[in-house]
Amino acid sequence: MKNFGYTLQPDRQIDFDRNERRVLDYLKEWEPSVNQCVACGSCTATCSAGQFSDFNIRSVQTFLRRGEVNKLKTEIRKCMFCGKCQLVCPRGVNMRNLILSLHNAIERLGI
Amino acid sequence: MSEKVIIIGGGLAGMSAATALAQLGVSVTLLEKENQLGGHVKNWDRLFPTRRKSDEVLAYFSEHLGKNIDLHLRANIRSISRNGRFTVTLENEVEIKGDAVLIATGYELFDAFRKEEYGYDIYDQVITSAELEGMFRSGEKPLLDGQVPRRIGIVHCVGSRDEKVGNLYCSKVCCVTGVKQAIELREIFPETEIFNFYMDLRMFDRHFEEMYFEAQKEYGINFIRGRVSECAENQDNSIVVKVEDTLTGRPLKITVDLLVLLVGMVPRPETRRIADMLGLPMGDDKFLLPTDEHTKANQTPVEGVFLSGTVKGPGCIAGTVADGRAVAVEIKSFLDKKRTQD
Repeated sequence: MKNFGYTLQPDRQIDFDRNERRVLDYLKEWEPSVNQCVACGSCTATCSAGQFSDFNIRSVQTFLRRGEVNKLKTEIRKCMFCGKCQLVCPRGVNMRNLILSLHNAIERLGI
Repeated sequence: MSEKVIIIGGGLAGMSAATALAQLGVSVTLLEKENQLGGHVKNWDRLFPTRRKSDEVLAYFSEHLGKNIDLHLRANIRSISRNGRFTVTLENEVEIKGDAVLIATGYELFDAFRKEEYGYDIYDQVITSAELEGMFRSGEKPLLDGQVPRRIGIVHCVGSRDEKVGNLYCSKVCCVTGVKQAIELREIFPETEIFNFYMDLRMFDRHFEEMYFEAQKEYGINFIRGRVSECAENQDNSIVVKVEDTLTGRPLKITVDLLVLLVGMVPRPETRRIADMLGLPMGDDKFLLPTDEHTKANQTPVEGVFLSGTVKGPGCIAGTVADGRAVAVEIKSFLDKKRTQD
């Protein structure tokens, strides 16, 4: 078929009513500090993995709270569990357990 | 001593100044346009950040006003003239004379209808923070046709920090009010999800930040950073909110059953009229200007005329009470100096 150069753009909008909420519900049970983030970015600034890749541990949390889980699956594999993020967090978010629980949630919920 | 001070406005600023002046032995005439004292504070249920009852604060000042106070309720000012002393003439022809005038006329709430895109006065499920506080006060639950709302949105900065409505300033108290009301809604409806849409959370005063932390940690309130751009009604009467989630950099759409607009503070038009009679300067924000914002924050360029409270711009209760006491000292020293000169 002749290609006229038209494409379909995927919707960039976060549709909060249709998003996957089970992962966040799981996290709230296993790592309740997930809701304490104020998006200051200290974690990302100090992140070992983030210095050499596009891994952004702050936005992992934000995407999780918005229910954008597909993005998370690939992202959380980049974490090396060094724990520096946790040392600098001003709100006491237990980041290592958060990432670990995310791995567990995705596996157990079969996402 | 026989000097008398005329205080215009019986809200918290006027009451605070009147009690302090009474303690200093100065006689006071207090003018209030409504049929009771207390200003905006009497419309509140509980105050941030401790959530103590607003009535307790008002009761303290009512008690300490003293018996010698000359109180005029339903007092509407017709004119003010200055000829050595000040003469305030009320609409009912009553003339009051004084040696100093304190303007403590406060603020009024931003008219949410002016932000038409949020749907206030168009959709029944969009209410203001003041209306919600009124419900808390009367014990009425914000139900929708008898149903518990599943999701509630709270919009920050309505009428504040917004060039489109001509108000560039921050109203200061809305952030913490939004967090307080989110907590209270969650207490009434433990199963309801609450979303606060904010640009910044300005938790400037003592215990405010702790309250924000508590809202996240203990009450599971959700905070989405972004200014709501528009709202529309669904067929089932729920409200679709559109906002940029500025933390992910993507547009976001969410349906809520009830939307609360945190309305800011705006200057009163009546204050402008009084200021014009006395020739007082006004800032770009249309609130009145003191002689010097840091060192003479209660004085005006017109001798004998003083300012206190939110007539000078948005402020909270603790600040207003302190400002009422501060102006009392300024007025007392002005009267003392005047007496020695005469």
